[in-house]
Amino acid sequence: MENPVKVDPINSLNDFVIKFANVNGTGSASANQMFAKSIFRMGIPISPKNIFPSNIQGLPTWFEVRVNNKGYLGSRGGVDIAVAMNPQTYSQDVKEISEGGYLLYDSTWKRNFNRDDITILEIPLTQLCVDSFTNAKQRALFKNIAYVGALSPLLEIEYEVLEKLISEQFVNKPALIEPNIKALNIGRDYVLKNLPYPIGINVKREDKLKDKILVSGNDACGLGAVYGGATFCSWYPITPSTSVAEGFEKYASKYRVDSQTGKNNYISVQAEDELAAVGMAIGANWNGARGFTATSGPGISLMSEFLGLAYFAEVPLVLFNIQRGGPSTGMPTRTQQSDILSCAYASHGDTKHVLLFPEDPQECFEFSAEAFNLAERLQTPVFVISDLDIGMNDWVTDKFEWDDEQKYDRGKVLKAEDLDQMDNFGRYLDVDDDGICYRTYPGTHPEKGAFFTRGTSHDEYARYTENGDINEQTLTRLVKKFRTASELVPDPIINLSEKPGSSGVIFYGSTSAAMYEAKDILNENNIEVDLMRIRSFPFNLDVWEFIENHDLIYVIEQNRDSQMRTLIMAEGGISAEKLRSLVWFNGDPIQAKFIAKKIYERESQQALIT
Amino acid sequence: MSYFKPINKHPNLEKNKLGLTRRDYEGGVSTLCAGCGHDSISACIIEACFRLNIEAYKVAKLSGIGCSSKAPAYFLNASHGFNSVHGRMPSIATGANCANEDLLYLGVSGDGDSASIGIGQFIHAIRRQVNMVYFVENNGTYGLTKGQFSATNDLESKNKYGEDNLFPPIDLTSMAIQMGASYVARSFSGDRDQLVPLIMGAIQHKGFALLDIISPCVTFNNHDSSTKSYDYIRNHNEAMGKTDFVPLGEEIKTNYDEGSSVEVKLHDGSRLSLEKTDHNFDPTDAGNSLELIRKKNKEGKIITGLLYVDNKCKPLTEIMDLPDKPLNTLEQEELCPGSEVLEEINKGLS
Repeated sequence: MENPVKVDPINSLNDFVIKFANVNGTGSASANQMFAKSIFRMGIPISPKNIFPSNIQGLPTWFEVRVNNKGYLGSRGGVDIAVAMNPQTYSQDVKEISEGGYLLYDSTWKRNFNRDDITILEIPLTQLCVDSFTNAKQRALFKNIAYVGALSPLLEIEYEVLEKLISEQFVNKPALIEPNIKALNIGRDYVLKNLPYPIGINVKREDKLKDKILVSGNDACGLGAVYGGATFCSWYPITPSTSVAEGFEKYASKYRVDSQTGKNNYISVQAEDELAAVGMAIGANWNGARGFTATSGPGISLMSEFLGLAYFAEVPLVLFNIQRGGPSTGMPTRTQQSDILSCAYASHGDTKHVLLFPEDPQECFEFSAEAFNLAERLQTPVFVISDLDIGMNDWVTDKFEWDDEQKYDRGKVLKAEDLDQMDNFGRYLDVDDDGICYRTYPGTHPEKGAFFTRGTSHDEYARYTENGDINEQTLTRLVKKFRTASELVPDPIINLSEKPGSSGVIFYGSTSAAMYEAKDILNENNIEVDLMRIRSFPFNLDVWEFIENHDLIYVIEQNRDSQMRTLIMAEGGISAEKLRSLVWFNGDPIQAKFIAKKIYERESQQALIT
Repeated sequence: MSYFKPINKHPNLEKNKLGLTRRDYEGGVSTLCAGCGHDSISACIIEACFRLNIEAYKVAKLSGIGCSSKAPAYFLNASHGFNSVHGRMPSIATGANCANEDLLYLGVSGDGDSASIGIGQFIHAIRRQVNMVYFVENNGTYGLTKGQFSATNDLESKNKYGEDNLFPPIDLTSMAIQMGASYVARSFSGDRDQLVPLIMGAIQHKGFALLDIISPCVTFNNHDSSTKSYDYIRNHNEAMGKTDFVPLGEEIKTNYDEGSSVEVKLHDGSRLSLEKTDHNFDPTDAGNSLELIRKKNKEGKIITGLLYVDNKCKPLTEIMDLPDKPLNTLEQEELCPGSEVLEEINKGLS
């Protein structure tokens, strides 16, 4: 090392943040993912995050991996090691590195970074690849694999793990294994010959990930839809939801093709727009197939008219909303939780919708499958509301589980033999007094059970009516149905502290990871809080009881206007003073330090030094 | 309001092979204006279904919003209906069709629905070759909102208040042929003899069938300066020659001179026999059809009849390799891969 470092280099085992700065479209993603997976395979918890532009080629992109042996999976902030591969962003990338941190860069073109408090690791990656590969494309591509190879001795990543990942990745293209291994060795050998290794930041095998998997939320949603019995998917491409449909297609094409006929027991239609996407899914559900669509904020705006129809005509529907930064086109590749209200009350007129808030991919899988039961039981749209952070990043999560004994709930559907026994079928008759009526699929019975589905006001027999009293009855029954829904949707997860009179905290979705860590920080600083993670809307009695039992509650959200707080206030008549809004909406995943600091300052009336 | 008719069964009414009379194919009492072309079309749909011995409960009637979209309530009471949102019936039909292709899908739409607000869904349903009959009850005006111009109204055709139309019309038949519709006909609500066989052919056709039917609006677009009035259509209708629907196993009864008729075989083996007024016309040649429509438009004529047919097209469900068994009948055992497979998936993710 040429530069004398004036600050002690960071020494840390299995606890650090590494950030890769790349140019998008250069093939860095798979190398970076391989790096993350190698740490995962060594049994150490990681949380990788893609920070990418809305662009295909040429713009800066980052990949950040937090390695944390305590299992904190939220974004930490700060960078301990930067792998800077994009000269365009050198100044920003170098500036971010913590004191005592490390910088690895492509020293084919040497630079002076004017930081004497960090360790600079120079590897002429471009030159090494030019010397070793003749093909121009390979020269560019293998730079990425080479820096992963270099990190192996520097951080003490088990080399065999990397080799195995390469052979797994190219199991169907064995010709690519050898050049990838060669690239790995180029980086590794350079370090072995030229640099002191290991550095102060290391990884060491642990056994913390038994029964854990590494998967993205969108992949999990797609798989959940296959397990939940979806046969119909219609979608329109939009970041960050596209990979939900892709995930469904990936698993369905593997597990849903009839082994005898080779026919597809599913269909996925790329629609012409979001209006058609949701319309098709409604048409499929009306006809008795489990259908869904996946979208993001702008799609919700476009789908709103149809959502009102499905609500009022009482057609089941599952909709995945993978939220991104709004408003308008906003920040398509950044994360937020800013569609809570637009989903809860989507469409004109008095409408309310069932919402589910998974916190991680495991819950994405579970809620995705369950959403189809709820939609058919309740005969209404059910939204699975995730976000870019959960959806497009890989997460260490509990492995997926499925109970083969559990049967699909297809809801109140009359078959021909049921209709034979009946004299008086009315599509919107509330026979069971739970607000949910009986429906029939088209083509069920030669004489009975036909009705006219419509978005116009209708009576109990689905006939058009302009009688205001009847319409009022219908709208009132839908409120009753919503109350029934509150008994069926997932309960909140409540975690009370030992100290009576503690303040409450409400959070949901991707805020969980940061919140669990923030709670530990607060506890270390002698602040106790009671947690309630909301998992669904409508809110059930447990939610109202928690709110009732606390004088002060922090509502933590990743949007500007504290939308969940507004929803709680609107639905429960809760006073504004009781619910303290704590928001983060810069588009990056929320951080534990932020939450802990805000709550600590409020609770202790003094600043938190972390 | 929906009004239901009293059912009076007359013992001598003609019965079809199912033992049903035309009355069994009726719907509620129409609330459209007296003389509305749409009611004539409903009557033709009833006639076509009666003659084809269709089981009404195996039909799904779908529509958007507008006068035309009310029509499904006025035929086939035993069928499920779906009156969706403005211009969005094609997407509902697409989803429904994929869920169960065993039903017959009759989509009823208007020129506002299909040529304006829903033109995108309309052309994409065509492009995907959704297996359905798509009726456009075309009157050149927005009836339900009281007489605004629609996008199919001819440039020279004024509205009821004498105002000029500033924009040229969209010709739905040429557009549909260009988008890949596999059965395209134009007709006139007042020409029952022509319309009924065209509907029968469309029902038996497998693929997207468009029936663009000029259907005068008696209240808002039936005046002297309208080109979609009864009088105007009668005076400018150039019918292509008689179309006969020949059910499977029956002989062609009409005798045409050699070379003056063409036969189109439909999916189920039934046939359409078309009298040719122009000996060079080939209804299976899209270029030929487009040229004919263009030529007649230029001459100020409204060409009606079967304009184009492609009986070899693959419908959406075939393109997507769907099973013979409808998706909506698949059971959990066929749909859920189960816990053992999930364990394998877990392994692949660890």
